[in-house]
Amino acid sequence: MVEFIQHIINGLSLGSIYALIALGYTMVFGVLQLINFAHGDIYMMGAFVGLFSSRWLGLAAHPSLGSLLIAIVCAMTVCALTGYLIERLAYRPLRKSPRINLLITAVGVSLFLEFSGQLWLGADPKFFPEIFKFDGGLLKWGDIVLNPLTLTVLIISLSLMALLHILVTRTRLGRAMRAVSFSHDHAALMGIPTDRIISATFMLGSALAGAAGVMVGLIYPKIEPLMGVLPGLKAFVAAVLGGIGNLTGAVLGAMILGMSEEFLVGYGSSAYRDALAFAILILTLLIKPTGLLGHGKVEKV
Amino acid sequence: MLLASNGCSKNSETNTSGAGDGDSLLIGEIAPMTGSEATFGVSTHRGIELAFEQINGSGGIKGKKLKLQTMDNQGKTDEAALAATKLITQSKVIAILAEPTSGRTLAIAPLAQRYKIPLISSSATNPRVTEVGDYIFRVCFIDPFQGPVISRFIYATKHLKNIAILTDMKSDYSVSLSEIFESHFKNQGGKIVAKQSYAAGDVDFKAQLTALRNDKPDGIFIPGYYTEVGLIARQAKELGITVPLFGGDGWDSPKLAEIAGASINGSFFANHYSADDPSPVTQQFIKDYKSRYGDIPDGMAAMGFDSAQVLAQALKRAENFSGDAIRASLASTKDHSGVTGTFSMDANRNPSKSAVMLEVQNGKFNFIAKISPKDL
Amino acid sequence: MIRWILAFVLALIFANFTQSLTGYEYVNSILIYAGINALLATSLNLVSGFTGQFSMGHAGFMSVGGYSAAWLALNLSSHFPALTTDPVGSQAIFLICILFGGLQAALAGYIVGLPSLRLKGDYLAIVTLGFGEIIRVIILNTQAVGGPRGLAGIPSWTTLPWVYGILVASLFYMWRLLQGSRGRAFMAVREDEIAAASVGVFTTSAKVRAFITGAFFAGVSGSLFAHSLSYLNPQTFDFNRSFEAIIMVVLGGMGSLSGSVLAAFLLTGLRELLRLLKDQGITELDYRMVVYSIALLVLMLTRPKGLFGRLEIKDLIPKLFGGKAT
Repeated sequence: MVEFIQHIINGLSLGSIYALIALGYTMVFGVLQLINFAHGDIYMMGAFVGLFSSRWLGLAAHPSLGSLLIAIVCAMTVCALTGYLIERLAYRPLRKSPRINLLITAVGVSLFLEFSGQLWLGADPKFFPEIFKFDGGLLKWGDIVLNPLTLTVLIISLSLMALLHILVTRTRLGRAMRAVSFSHDHAALMGIPTDRIISATFMLGSALAGAAGVMVGLIYPKIEPLMGVLPGLKAFVAAVLGGIGNLTGAVLGAMILGMSEEFLVGYGSSAYRDALAFAILILTLLIKPTGLLGHGKVEKV
Repeated sequence: MLLASNGCSKNSETNTSGAGDGDSLLIGEIAPMTGSEATFGVSTHRGIELAFEQINGSGGIKGKKLKLQTMDNQGKTDEAALAATKLITQSKVIAILAEPTSGRTLAIAPLAQRYKIPLISSSATNPRVTEVGDYIFRVCFIDPFQGPVISRFIYATKHLKNIAILTDMKSDYSVSLSEIFESHFKNQGGKIVAKQSYAAGDVDFKAQLTALRNDKPDGIFIPGYYTEVGLIARQAKELGITVPLFGGDGWDSPKLAEIAGASINGSFFANHYSADDPSPVTQQFIKDYKSRYGDIPDGMAAMGFDSAQVLAQALKRAENFSGDAIRASLASTKDHSGVTGTFSMDANRNPSKSAVMLEVQNGKFNFIAKISPKDL
Repeated sequence: MIRWILAFVLALIFANFTQSLTGYEYVNSILIYAGINALLATSLNLVSGFTGQFSMGHAGFMSVGGYSAAWLALNLSSHFPALTTDPVGSQAIFLICILFGGLQAALAGYIVGLPSLRLKGDYLAIVTLGFGEIIRVIILNTQAVGGPRGLAGIPSWTTLPWVYGILVASLFYMWRLLQGSRGRAFMAVREDEIAAASVGVFTTSAKVRAFITGAFFAGVSGSLFAHSLSYLNPQTFDFNRSFEAIIMVVLGGMGSLSGSVLAAFLLTGLRELLRLLKDQGITELDYRMVVYSIALLVLMLTRPKGLFGRLEIKDLIPKLFGGKAT
């Protein structure tokens, strides 16, 4: 029983990280109908920015909530900028091109980030300094243990989901985003500056990924330039599972994915851990392509 | 008929050069200079480099200098194989020093054997490595020895009877060491209460550790490489696992304590050498290494040094520099006085060497015991 | 029937011709590698360029082919050692292994192609990527082919004549395929699937056929690769390999067989050039993937149709000589 509950907690922790990344994925897909392959690599950048800002600003010497927040803010800023640049330079010129070109370009950007990261930073893993420690250590109920950091990530994911939901449904910006995801041309006709909204969405999504990177660096201290590949893909699967374009769906899908992975490894074998995500993807796309919370789209001829 | 003649058009595959160019002897090195076992590659490389510098400084081999061509395999097996092909067919090295890990050595060895280029591995402990052929040598002990050393230490010295094993199923070294350990431990009367696995590159091990924790082991054997072991130690502590951890020579890296922090204190692992070894050869090496590179050498550096020295001595004794002559000379290595002990090559081209058990405390590896093959 | 005989004859002529080039071992190995890449690229072009099904897991088919052929070769070597060392026998067995590899890959292509029928564009791409990964993980966990330590000691039967003979034969087959009604069906699916279906093209079977054929030739290229390197490792066939194939296809032109061949040669040459630079110490690190990705980006932004677009080399020759392009 204890083991079971511990697995659930572990699964939720995994899921909350995927959720943070998936939120960004789903937002960008909403407005651009594009799978931004580079999203996972922006997450990686966030982790590295966190690492370097900790080093240069000496944050490791003063572990505290303040240090963590500074690192997160640095990461979010740099990632938002990168997201803006990518959208502007690589995706915007191709907006009228066939979808396949956009997809290839996204793959190209992703690989460029990964391998230039490897060239510049070296392929060997780096270790994230401990810039934040909870006093009181780990939370325990008997044998069941929860790292307060992972609880923090969970809370952050859920709060962000709620915040984004409010943003999208109650604010003007949100309404503009929804209009743009419905149709670029219609939104433009209504006087919405489509390009700017898209840039804003991109920056927001990227900032989220950056924050996720810092948090993950803190929990799993090993970071390296290729660390974003698998989490990025898994977050995409989570978004699809939940219904791509749907914020709540992204979080829900991420939790399900995290739990499935945990239970597969805990009770089965870890051999197929990464393949599980793809299996879920294929099943979802075959059985209910719009995802758990998504709605169907009619294809007009 | 056309197709039949294809079979005859292949280029010769034996090593006919063996002369080196002019006044230098070209030796190839393949190492993981980057990637998650980067410290293995860098340390081994330094050990070899230091040895070559010392040998060249005192006159070289029969008047020729030793020249090293190093190729980084980035921790990838297919890069290792490609590097070997290049070194052998293009650079025409007369011998290869590779690799610190068993998995990649196993990828390179068949190539070296096929082209009849002698290969010496500094620290690949999987028994299958030298079984590839008579051109493959190593200067370290093998897992059929290392496994029982650790097993006896846990059972007879530490008196722990119930052990869980966490294997890196992507690594040959880990898989074979786990198997050997398990059978020996059971033979002694111990019990393996749980077996879990992970893959090199994973960062999250909580699922496996939670499952292990449930089976209440007295200790956990983790025969993997230092990057993952460090993360595992951390997460084990987080899950409230307080029993000691045990491992093999894959732990040997200055980065281990950096990754694991305090969570690895009080854990033990088997290694090829200890910096506390009072032997004069060892202490001299430590002094030279420290003045050249600024750090105390780790096991990998020591093994690299020994592998280079063994090769150099063999080259001195060899009749000429052809593959076959070097091979014969290597096979006849006897009572080589190395940094990691005095040893000879046995009939299977493995040396008979002792192991040390080390304890990790606050970033230092403290010497606990030395176990020689005679003790088992 | 005539098609096959012609292909076979062409293959023999070409093989004979290239045999005389078997001189320097280094150049030899580069040419072999370029030929294998050309086969891989054209097989991908069949699926992605001509049929419009963007496949990002093509390396998976190559690996299935390579591993199957190698496994068969090793098994036959141990059961019939006399036959495998005999010069004629070994060639025959090699052919059997290559075909076996191709067929296994075709089977994998069928399995991957089926779910893909309902998916389009981005989703199809990700699913094929997923399949590529799944194949890799399955091989990683299959001890019979060595698992993570890989498969060593594969007989090194691949020679220049073999590679180019097979390449020419395959190109010929593909070219004839594309000129026939089945090839037209591929292209119809690419242009507008719904329109094609409404004029009676069996889009389902066209797509599946494209996958199977593309996978078959990828498998053949994998078999040649396995018997050239003599060593296989699941890591060799990861997403980077699929990406290399994609960039060759894009560079050459999605819809041009000769473009893919040319691009394969160019990129293989570029790879060796970069490696040379690294070994001479001019550049420290492996710039290959970075150069590829930048090239891809630049290509997409400036000339997305690649070198040849949808034309073949024969279409461009009149242009080169100042005549009218048909």
